[in-house]
Amino acid sequence: MRQKLGWSRVRRIALLLAVPSVLAACANDNGQNSLSPKGQNAKDIANLINPIWVIAIVIGIGVCLATVFVALRYRDNDGKRNPKQTHGNSVLEIGWTILPALLLAAVAVPTISLIFKLADTPPKSEALQVEVVGKQWWWEFQYKANQPKFGVDEKVVTSTMLHVPVGAKITFSETSDNVLHSFWVPELSGKKDVVPGRTNVLTITASEEPGLFRGACAEYCGLSHANMKFWVKVESKADYAKWIAAQQDGPAQAYEGEVANLTGKKYQCVNCHVFDNSATPNYGPNLTHLASRQYFAGGMYRTNRANLKRWIMNAPSMIPMQSQECRLPPPATCVGMPSYTTPISQNGKPLPLMTSAEADVIVDYLLGQK
Amino acid sequence: MTAVPEVMPAPVESGGLDLFRRPKETSGFWSWFTTIDHKKIGILYGTTALIFFVIAGIEALLIRLQLAGPNGTVLTAGQYNAMFTMHGTTMVFLVGMPMAVAFGNYLIPIMIGARDVAFPRMNMFGFWVFLFGGLFIYSSLFTGIANMPNGGWFGYTPLTSTPMSAGYLPGRGPDFWVIGLIMLGIGSTTSAINFVVTILNMRAPGMTLMRMPVFVWMMLVVAFLTVFALPIVTAALIMVFFDRNYLTNFFVAQNGGDPLLYQHLFWLFGHPEVYILILPGMGIVSEILPVMSRKPLFGYSVVVFSGIAIGFMGWGVWAHHMFATGLGPVAISAFGLATMLIAVPTGVKIFNWLGTVWGGSVKLNVPMLFSLGFIAMFTLGGLSGVTHSIVPADTQQTDTYYVVAHFHYVLFGGLVFAILGGIVYWFPKVFGRMMNERLGKLSFWVLFVGFNLTFFPMHFLGLTGMPRRTYRYTEGLGWDTLNLVVTAGGFIIALATLLFVSNAVWSWKRGPIAPADPWDGRTLEWSIPSPTPEYNFAAIPKVEARDDFWHRKYTEDDQGRLVRLPAGGSGEDAAVDVSSIHLPSPSYFPLVLAAGLPVIGYAAVYKNPWLAIPGVLLLLFGMYGWAIEPGTAED
Amino acid sequence: MAQAALPITHDTHGDHPAPSAGVTNTKLGMWVFLSSDCLFFGAFITTYLLYRNRNLAGPTPRSLYNIPFTSVTSFILLMSSLTMVLALAAIQRNDMRRFKVWVMATAVFGILFIGGQVFEFTEFYREGMSLRTNVSSSIFYVATGLHGLHVSVGIVWLMSLWGMAMQGKLGQRDAEAVEVSGLYWHFVDVVWIVIFAVVYLIP
Repeated sequence: MRQKLGWSRVRRIALLLAVPSVLAACANDNGQNSLSPKGQNAKDIANLINPIWVIAIVIGIGVCLATVFVALRYRDNDGKRNPKQTHGNSVLEIGWTILPALLLAAVAVPTISLIFKLADTPPKSEALQVEVVGKQWWWEFQYKANQPKFGVDEKVVTSTMLHVPVGAKITFSETSDNVLHSFWVPELSGKKDVVPGRTNVLTITASEEPGLFRGACAEYCGLSHANMKFWVKVESKADYAKWIAAQQDGPAQAYEGEVANLTGKKYQCVNCHVFDNSATPNYGPNLTHLASRQYFAGGMYRTNRANLKRWIMNAPSMIPMQSQECRLPPPATCVGMPSYTTPISQNGKPLPLMTSAEADVIVDYLLGQK
Repeated sequence: MTAVPEVMPAPVESGGLDLFRRPKETSGFWSWFTTIDHKKIGILYGTTALIFFVIAGIEALLIRLQLAGPNGTVLTAGQYNAMFTMHGTTMVFLVGMPMAVAFGNYLIPIMIGARDVAFPRMNMFGFWVFLFGGLFIYSSLFTGIANMPNGGWFGYTPLTSTPMSAGYLPGRGPDFWVIGLIMLGIGSTTSAINFVVTILNMRAPGMTLMRMPVFVWMMLVVAFLTVFALPIVTAALIMVFFDRNYLTNFFVAQNGGDPLLYQHLFWLFGHPEVYILILPGMGIVSEILPVMSRKPLFGYSVVVFSGIAIGFMGWGVWAHHMFATGLGPVAISAFGLATMLIAVPTGVKIFNWLGTVWGGSVKLNVPMLFSLGFIAMFTLGGLSGVTHSIVPADTQQTDTYYVVAHFHYVLFGGLVFAILGGIVYWFPKVFGRMMNERLGKLSFWVLFVGFNLTFFPMHFLGLTGMPRRTYRYTEGLGWDTLNLVVTAGGFIIALATLLFVSNAVWSWKRGPIAPADPWDGRTLEWSIPSPTPEYNFAAIPKVEARDDFWHRKYTEDDQGRLVRLPAGGSGEDAAVDVSSIHLPSPSYFPLVLAAGLPVIGYAAVYKNPWLAIPGVLLLLFGMYGWAIEPGTAED
Repeated sequence: MAQAALPITHDTHGDHPAPSAGVTNTKLGMWVFLSSDCLFFGAFITTYLLYRNRNLAGPTPRSLYNIPFTSVTSFILLMSSLTMVLALAAIQRNDMRRFKVWVMATAVFGILFIGGQVFEFTEFYREGMSLRTNVSSSIFYVATGLHGLHVSVGIVWLMSLWGMAMQGKLGQRDAEAVEVSGLYWHFVDVVWIVIFAVVYLIP
């Protein structure tokens, strides 16, 4: 009777925990789910690990049940039994040393072959070459120049939204000039860290179907690590060709007049940003084709009038950044984008604060930057 | 040269530096500040670690409140980063390690038949350095939460090593963290040296290495790991400190430094550190299971050797923390294989523990429940660990909540379960009273449920893409429900902790008086009265077998069944006049010496050389006082 | 053996049986500590080896080394190991007069070595190599500086022994304390030989 109670309790707890979790996990279509692989790397990984998980779960349940079993089967709280004093059993012990070792050896073979397969870098002409630069806290993507196969003639510098054609191989060269980051698109591939001073290479294959996948920074990189996301947009060949061609056109509107005055002289946006040339990287994101990006600000906000205006006027209120002193010249501490509505002085002279009308002028311009 | 000198050394004028009266009190409040009794120091370590456990638990609850739903606003990003950094740092350096030292301190001498540890004053020094190191790190809070360490518990460079002015990490947190960790390293190293020498040198006659209790064995392995691992991280931390404060280039990529070097050095320490944390738990469980099953440990030598094997192999797997850093396929294949390999001795232990219980006469009391819980939960953690060794899969798992789930199964389901079981098991020996059984069982089951509710869903959170160390997640990612469950589980753990601690406090005052040998124990500590007398053993025992005390009580017939021996055969000799036993006397100096370190620490953090002067003076005063003072005061 | 109230030596206890490992606690403790310290220096020396050929902007240690000068100071430090042996031998045969001479000689050699290091550091600094010049300079100053710190601790220790001997507070019975300080001193010397070979001599 007692034993039965114990068993059912254990089973109930296990079911209570496992079933909803498994269901929730497998049904999750958040675009960031490694259990729902879409790219070849992620599929290879899933094919390798899935059977191993089954084995691990069987062993895990086995050991847990064995623990419960020995506890209940040999339960003797009154100390009535006089147990046989076994000190060990060499055959058994050798057995349970060798068996797991053999099992692991069996697992090791496909593991190592996949390690080498994933480390394989195709020739440059076969794969789209993209330089990934980890920033605090957003991602810059630089499509290398002269890739006729992928429609890239002139270098294209964009951020947060990565466009790639379906089924294409893409080789990322990852660098950082600040701290560690980790480049991760769970549904397409495992992650690869971005290490200052090194160029880490990762080759992935885009999904066969168009789709929008979430990427995230997976290595703690400071204050807004949680806000360092990005998106991979896998497009049909035609859509991709249209997009990449548009990126290489000059700015949609001339950079002149009041907007140039505001962003150039008055608020010095050009210290960090580029407005009229999609081939030049800088400290901050290149804004030449900002309006063509669905998301901005580390992928956390949709690109629309309200968000952009709030961001231009007071970015730190939307994403935590150490940017209080960004409007001051070095050696002021600056990571991120400053607020243009918070009072600050330089050499005792207050710096101009942005008005709503001024922000509207800038937003108008940016929204025209298709 | 090992013979004891024949003549009494000429008494050195009443004990060296006469600024202080030599403390004599061995009881009362103030005696805790001067005690060099390994048992009292063990209790000090244990209670301090328990307090830090509660503090780190509160930090965990704040983390969980923040993550209970999407876009949490309980903490700011900066506060959240400080919380997870301090939670990890505290749990590893101020709870896990000192808890093991607490058990080791109290138990090693009475398990090997010794009156004290090899270096009682160094032991005391180790405790105070640990306490001051912990307080030092936490004192950063007094200058504002922005100055709390916020670089993660492994403090990766260049985030931590870049000068404060660059703004990569706000505040002085990393400085407090680096200096505090170096201090804690000094404390752990002294206590580890003390353990090595105690275990190698102070065993009672007949207590050969292969007769030692498994717990002592595991502590020996842990002590060696500590001695060899901590200097490596100390070196790395010194480099971080110089980079941050004196603009050296150790981890500055632009000037030829390599941030990955820090990761190599840190994990070359950090992986042995994982075994420093878990092996004492394995030792504790290996003591409880045989006693509660009334059977000897199944395959003693295999358990011991697999512990040693884990200790050795622990040095060859550090780069499995770095599979995603781009080490190249050859290196990561090798480290992946080594990581798989280390699963073998670990698995062996699990099967041997089950073999111990198999066919026994099992008392399902609180220590046993925690030990069995340890086996099951640690196995789950071990299995998810094996999935990390499948390197390609690890690139999906690492730095996500899957890893968080994994190491909590190992360190909470493993180490904490073992520690709690060990507390209940040795409580009567330490405090002379039994802990309440019903409350104990309740706290176990509440903890078991809370633990699994907290950490099991994390596997799925990680696999569905939730990175660790993120202070918020947006809605629509399908993580809301699981995160809420995890938070609820966290509070159930808190409830269980509350139950356990109140049980301990109540039992300490009111629990039933414990006999010397309440569990029908096997090892020497149960042969002496409860609570342990100041001198431990009236007469040093002569050990004739493994589980010597058991064999004084029982023999086996030819079917291998137990036969009780007539009582009174034990070696406890009432004729020994315990008043003639001389124990080393209390001292102030280790405390003075330890107090110098945080002062120097503040001087380093605030780059104020003047502040270093009183620190160095305290250090010198403590050192000379210690050196001149004889081990035992004149009567 | 187990009679009560046996003489108490440093941190050992009355009636405990002889050390199981056959070495006294203090000596064994020092050995364990030194093995730990090995890894401390090991980490720095490894770092030096990794960094020695990187980013050679600005004067590097290797371009500034004055090998003959450092060879002399290294030789002085080596000689101090010899005097340390002589000091230990003296106290073991209760020859306190010679002990004082040799232990002082050891400390003085140590001071000369440190003086040489201070001279070398200032010289390098004047020639434009500071802590922050390049990775090699960083690791050079920090690694050799920490070794210098070890030597300085040893000097304070030896001077203290000398002071106690001068006050007559040190005798033959303290030979072990001297032996342990000697272990430390020899270790610091050996570490220097490794540093000298690896950091200075390997081209």
